[in-house]
Amino acid sequence: MSVPPKPAPAGATEIGTASPAAVGARGDEARLALKERLALLRRSKSFIAGSIIVGFWVLCAIFGELVVPEDPLATDPINDLMTPSADHWFGTDRLGRDVFSRVITGARDILIAALLATILATVVGTALGLVTGYFRGAVDDVLSRIIEAFLALPVIIMGLLVTVSLGRSNTTLILTIGILFAPIISRTVRAAVLTERELEYVSAARLRNERTPYILFGEILPNVTGPIVVEFTVRLGYAIFVAAGLSFLGFGIAPPAPDWGLQVAEHYGLISGGFWWPVLFPSLAIATLVIGVNLIADGVASAFER
Amino acid sequence: MTPAAPDSTVAAPPALELADLEVAYRVRGIWRPVLRGVSFTIAAGESYGLVGESGCGKSTVAYAVLRYLARNGRISGGSVKVAGEDLAGMGDAQVREMRASKVSMVYQNPGGALNPTIRIGDQVAEVFVIAGINPKLARERATEMLTKVQISDPESVMRRYAHQLSGGMQQRVVIAMALAKDPELLILDEPTTGLDATVEAEVLDLVSLLREEFHTSVLFISHNLEVIVKMCDRVGVLYAGRLVEEGRADDVFNDPRHPYSVGLLRCLPSGGVRKDKQRLDTIPGFLPQLGAELPACVYVDRCGLAQEICSKEEPSFHDAGAGRHSRCHFWEQAHELPRATPASAAFNPVDQSAQPVIRAESLRKTFRQEGHAIRAVDDVNFVLRPGETLGLVGESGSGKTTLARTLLGLTSPDEGSIIELDGRPLEKAITNRGRDDVRALQIVFQNPDSALNRRFSVRRILNRALEKLRGDSGREREEHLRELAHSVRFDTRLIHSRPAQLSGGLKQRVAIARAFAGEPRVVVCDEPTSALDVSVQAAILNLLAELQADKGVTYLFISHDLGVVRYLSDRIAVLYLGRLMELGDAETVFSAPHHPYTEALLSSVPQADGEARERIRLQGEIPSHANPPSGCVFHTRCPRYIGDICHEQEPELKEVEPGHFWRCHYSVEELRELQKTAPPERPAGAPAPEDER
Repeated sequence: MSVPPKPAPAGATEIGTASPAAVGARGDEARLALKERLALLRRSKSFIAGSIIVGFWVLCAIFGELVVPEDPLATDPINDLMTPSADHWFGTDRLGRDVFSRVITGARDILIAALLATILATVVGTALGLVTGYFRGAVDDVLSRIIEAFLALPVIIMGLLVTVSLGRSNTTLILTIGILFAPIISRTVRAAVLTERELEYVSAARLRNERTPYILFGEILPNVTGPIVVEFTVRLGYAIFVAAGLSFLGFGIAPPAPDWGLQVAEHYGLISGGFWWPVLFPSLAIATLVIGVNLIADGVASAFER
Repeated sequence: MTPAAPDSTVAAPPALELADLEVAYRVRGIWRPVLRGVSFTIAAGESYGLVGESGCGKSTVAYAVLRYLARNGRISGGSVKVAGEDLAGMGDAQVREMRASKVSMVYQNPGGALNPTIRIGDQVAEVFVIAGINPKLARERATEMLTKVQISDPESVMRRYAHQLSGGMQQRVVIAMALAKDPELLILDEPTTGLDATVEAEVLDLVSLLREEFHTSVLFISHNLEVIVKMCDRVGVLYAGRLVEEGRADDVFNDPRHPYSVGLLRCLPSGGVRKDKQRLDTIPGFLPQLGAELPACVYVDRCGLAQEICSKEEPSFHDAGAGRHSRCHFWEQAHELPRATPASAAFNPVDQSAQPVIRAESLRKTFRQEGHAIRAVDDVNFVLRPGETLGLVGESGSGKTTLARTLLGLTSPDEGSIIELDGRPLEKAITNRGRDDVRALQIVFQNPDSALNRRFSVRRILNRALEKLRGDSGREREEHLRELAHSVRFDTRLIHSRPAQLSGGLKQRVAIARAFAGEPRVVVCDEPTSALDVSVQAAILNLLAELQADKGVTYLFISHDLGVVRYLSDRIAVLYLGRLMELGDAETVFSAPHHPYTEALLSSVPQADGEARERIRLQGEIPSHANPPSGCVFHTRCPRYIGDICHEQEPELKEVEPGHFWRCHYSVEELRELQKTAPPERPAGAPAPEDER
């Protein structure tokens, strides 16, 4: 067998003239496209506004304890329910604790709980989504029905169930939200995987006899990160809201932690008595954080969906 | 095809007049010119073709004419006149009026052009309602219009939705809508590119017929020179947004006067060129980047005739007589363009006595769908000998891809099917095959964009294949990676690029390299060049031929392009409804006598060589797999229908000559005699072809 003579390189095939300069230009274009996406994110007003708000609360969560004027747990029954003043900017609650200090330090628990819960939900949801999207047929049918059953459960029932079985704690909160959100994320991932699995690189991987886990996590996962990132930011906003809600209902973080939902729950009965400050300030904190995360999610979604 | 009759059209203004049209797109804040001074005129009643590779600006011309450029596009100079009216002076209302009454456009993808939620009848009638006709009358007119586009049962089609029609039917409906308003100018943008050759032929015939009836001027955009020549009076060749040659279609095709046109025509595997005789010629280099600074002559970088003057002085649009123009300093010597690729071809004849690499017997694949059994592949037998290419042809839905996937182990065949590799049975499912069997059978897919993981670099893609298929690691892998890249002529400097950074041809080279990573015995090529431009297609076909000569690999080559199949194949298998209709040496299959289905397939290929040929039209659509016709599955559409025997008794696949098989009641002698002349109209008494599934 003889090798055919390689055509003269002087521009003989399209490779011949693929001058590094020309290809370099292509490479630059690809890099430009990525830069453009990041620039888009930076130019997005909602992303910037959201980042400032969330950034503020993240700083509070990290350094709050060091800077607050008083110990958020220190009770002072004599000075209970004092109106906001120069000494106590946000007033004091029914045990005389400084509301300002409690609001600032309260950021930590909810941020950690919501973040961990969302990460848990994303990891579990992504794995479920990859599996249900890739295997159709029986696996998908069975898993999807279970997922739908979870989707149908009301948050409260779930919270009740988990609290009763595991006790009231931060971990409980994280598990509850994680389990609740995982099915939602799995639906999004499944939809993305359904398109990907039809692409021929998946067949090519099967033709190398790759093991299924490699095909799922090595080949398909890198191609569905866009929707996963978007889904993560969106769910984070919801998770904060649900975490605050569960705490309010008594399924979440246990007292005396300076949790926002807990603070609202402990004092909302006093509003009719004119004591609005122990309720209003933690409520505002929840609202700003949720809005901030949603603003970021809007920015991320528009940058990643182009 | 009647050329525009000049006498009758003297008074009418040209249907379209472009003068120095410049269009630019704003990309990342910079205006990038796409069309650079395009001028041409389409006389009333004339049909004008615009040809060029992708990225030349063909579609941009169409959108500029409709003033429907993308949001980031603008006409930055020159003028567009439709039926004598200047577009520049028009307000939005007038532009809408123009689109409603004067210009129609037919797009490539008819499925996307029709509204999926509105019944066909209402969509077609809407065109008349907009023209001010009352709804009841509009429906009648719609029925008439659908009859004109040769839809046999318009009443029932009008009640259906777009997804219930086949691609060919959808395109007929779109053409009906486009012609409903009796436009001055009909723009057809790659109208048959997604369709099967048999359907394409029908749609093209229809357009020719309607053009005569409606006296509409046509702007026909296509990358396919053969189609353009068949359909158009005059043709313009577009390159990098500039018209480089113009003239009567036959003249440009038979005697091109610009090196680009010469190159394009030489890339085509036509006229029975085969891999054992010569390599195809190619066009070196790439199309300039969008909006790049162009040299004096736009083609200088890729031109084999280029001399110093070409990069210094812009060639004028030389008059070559008889309406011919060429934008080349050396237009008189265009045909002397030296070959970019040497013609000499290395070739190893196939050893007919060698033990087959693959033997498939009673291969069947049945899918279950809503209780129906769909026999995608039915009783297929064939062998693949070492170093040969078996071409697999047939319309879409004939089971070509299913057959290939079954062979590869991606889909499991039915019980009783036998696949043997080197004489020993092969496991049905790929997961049960050992490494040696897995590496022995590989595939090159049609679309490298989907076949290469877009997140991975070329290096990672090829390394993974080497690891998994060959068990390579470390230095050995590096060595093999270099060899592999070299064998597909892939520049190793590009090895860290991701697929999106490479051109279509380079991506396909990577895909080929991946298939060859494990030194396969058999490579399935599933339409490997149909997503590529002709010049790139030629380079890829050359590469496949060279790899075969070099490594002695066997190809199962699937393509709907018979010219391409003929170039590469030693033997050809013709598939219809999952059944093998004909199998034989390439030249035997391509020359009469052939199976009537093969005969019809061959005659639907547009012939660019000027050779007039009686066309055989296949009537109707491919019947449903779930409910195949009785007897011979082809009898509903067969141009050589004999009589009752055809729908009562299924013919066996019989050896009619040594090595030549077909599934037909006719004998070789009978068909040899019959095929000297075109078939008559479908014989009386033949069952009507099923129009729809």
